Amino acid sequence: MLDIKNVHKTFFAGTVNERVALQDINLTLAAGEFVTVIGSNGAGKSTILNITSGKLRPDTGTVSIDGKDVTRLADHQRARFIGRVFQDPMAGTSPEMTIEENLAIAYERGKRRGLRPGVTRKKREFFKEELRSLELGLENRLKAKVGLLSGGQRQALSLLMATFSSPKILLLDEHTAALDPQRAELVSRLTAEVVDRHQLTTLMVTHNMEQALRLGTRLIMMHDGRIILDLDQEQKLKATVPDLLHEFEKIKGVVDDRTMLQ
Amino acid sequence: MITAVELGLIYAIMALGVYLTFRILNFPDLTVDGSFTTGAGVAAISIINGMPPVLATVLAFIAGMAAGAVTGLLHTKGKINGLLAGILTMIALYSINLRIMGKANLPLLREETLITPLREAGLLGGIGAIAIFLLVALAVKVVMDWFLHTDVGLAMQATGDNEQMIRSFGVSTDNQKILGLSLSNGLVALCGAFIAQYQGFADIGMGIGLILAGLASVIIGQAIFGTRLIWIATLAVVFGSVLYRVVIQLALEAGLKQTDMKLVSAVLVVMALLLPQWKVFARVGGLGKMKKSLTGAKG
Repeated sequence: MLDIKNVHKTFFAGTVNERVALQDINLTLAAGEFVTVIGSNGAGKSTILNITSGKLRPDTGTVSIDGKDVTRLADHQRARFIGRVFQDPMAGTSPEMTIEENLAIAYERGKRRGLRPGVTRKKREFFKEELRSLELGLENRLKAKVGLLSGGQRQALSLLMATFSSPKILLLDEHTAALDPQRAELVSRLTAEVVDRHQLTTLMVTHNMEQALRLGTRLIMMHDGRIILDLDQEQKLKATVPDLLHEFEKIKGVVDDRTMLQ
Repeated sequence: MITAVELGLIYAIMALGVYLTFRILNFPDLTVDGSFTTGAGVAAISIINGMPPVLATVLAFIAGMAAGAVTGLLHTKGKINGLLAGILTMIALYSINLRIMGKANLPLLREETLITPLREAGLLGGIGAIAIFLLVALAVKVVMDWFLHTDVGLAMQATGDNEQMIRSFGVSTDNQKILGLSLSNGLVALCGAFIAQYQGFADIGMGIGLILAGLASVIIGQAIFGTRLIWIATLAVVFGSVLYRVVIQLALEAGLKQTDMKLVSAVLVVMALLLPQWKVFARVGGLGKMKKSLTGAKG
């Protein structure tokens, strides 16, 4: 479904700040695969997501979605295939607009937008049904401005908006990192449910190793712009947080990364 | 005073255009000063050359859209700062407007215009004309309300609110900005065409400082009537425009000169921007009462 081939990315090439973000990355996701990505800061996790979403273009290499080469498409052109939830709960929704208007925008993902009314009675019923699955009572607040919601509610709404039009790829960029533990747990649970319900091919970046092991069907670990560990479902089920930490130490040889990863 | 209300209702069309860029797209667009005169000039020269006034007015709208599109292209494709893009188009339009008009002032007094029937029926300066101008302003307002709630309109609102979000749902924010600036300047030019016909001439300097009148209308109206829902916000813009012209009229009657009105406009906008901040400040702690009486005295 997603095919990243021989991708290199260097930031600030040719300057003193030159930094290699990705080195010869090859990553293929089968349809329905849910991959969690862990790694220390600067390992290239977010860069992989940004290369996939089209926010960044790779220096070399290609990105294909469902067999179609999308390397040269801008982010909004690829958005037809890609649902995305950002780390910042404020980033995925429009605060000045109502819940139903936000959902109406998401509902039209990648379609030609015309002069039909954005919110119709039929769509509103559908939105209510979908909001009910979040179990946050938002189905009764369709006309509330999204800016009034808490961070957790907004992130749950972002997740719904990113997924309910069944994109080919779902990208999650540390989407629970900015939430308090209780809300993070809720959004984690909703993520597992929604990915399962729509059978979404998912790439999720996280700092939380426990979450990376619990969610998903495959785990990859990154360091210095390379994929250094790739666990399939079976290996992942057996792995523990100390195992992952041990892997990190083996590669890096520095213990203080442990603090960074917790 | 009735003339002030009439003017306010006609200028409300321009203010609605400014609302579209300033509030919806969050883009302070200075093209307005130029595109207003473009609309007036295109309508005037077309009417003088024998075109039916309705057609001349439609042509003015289209010319305004083209001007807005230029600012939009400079800003999005040329990656020029929004304020600067507007200024560039505005200055360039000054020359273009003179080319369109041929001379700095085009009288329309003996021409048949959209206003002629009203004048001949003796409606100008009375309730009849106010009712008609109100209907026109409200019609533009209702169309804008409708537009902002279509799929395209929602995408435009989101473009001004959260670009990252709307791009992630497959909308080109560049195209939205170009479209919004075009529609906005189309309305501004339409207003210019009406004003030229209403006052009986088009003048090369008639648009100078007009952006302030637009901003004042939007800000004053919304400070008083609120912005919670689109239809309230647009209604507030129409009322704000009338209120602005009434204040200007009062200032004139108080003995200020016509040439002082740019200063009055600037002061009005500054006050409308500062007063709400003071109110927020006043809610905090013990300074509240003192500040409140201060702002109360000035407001």
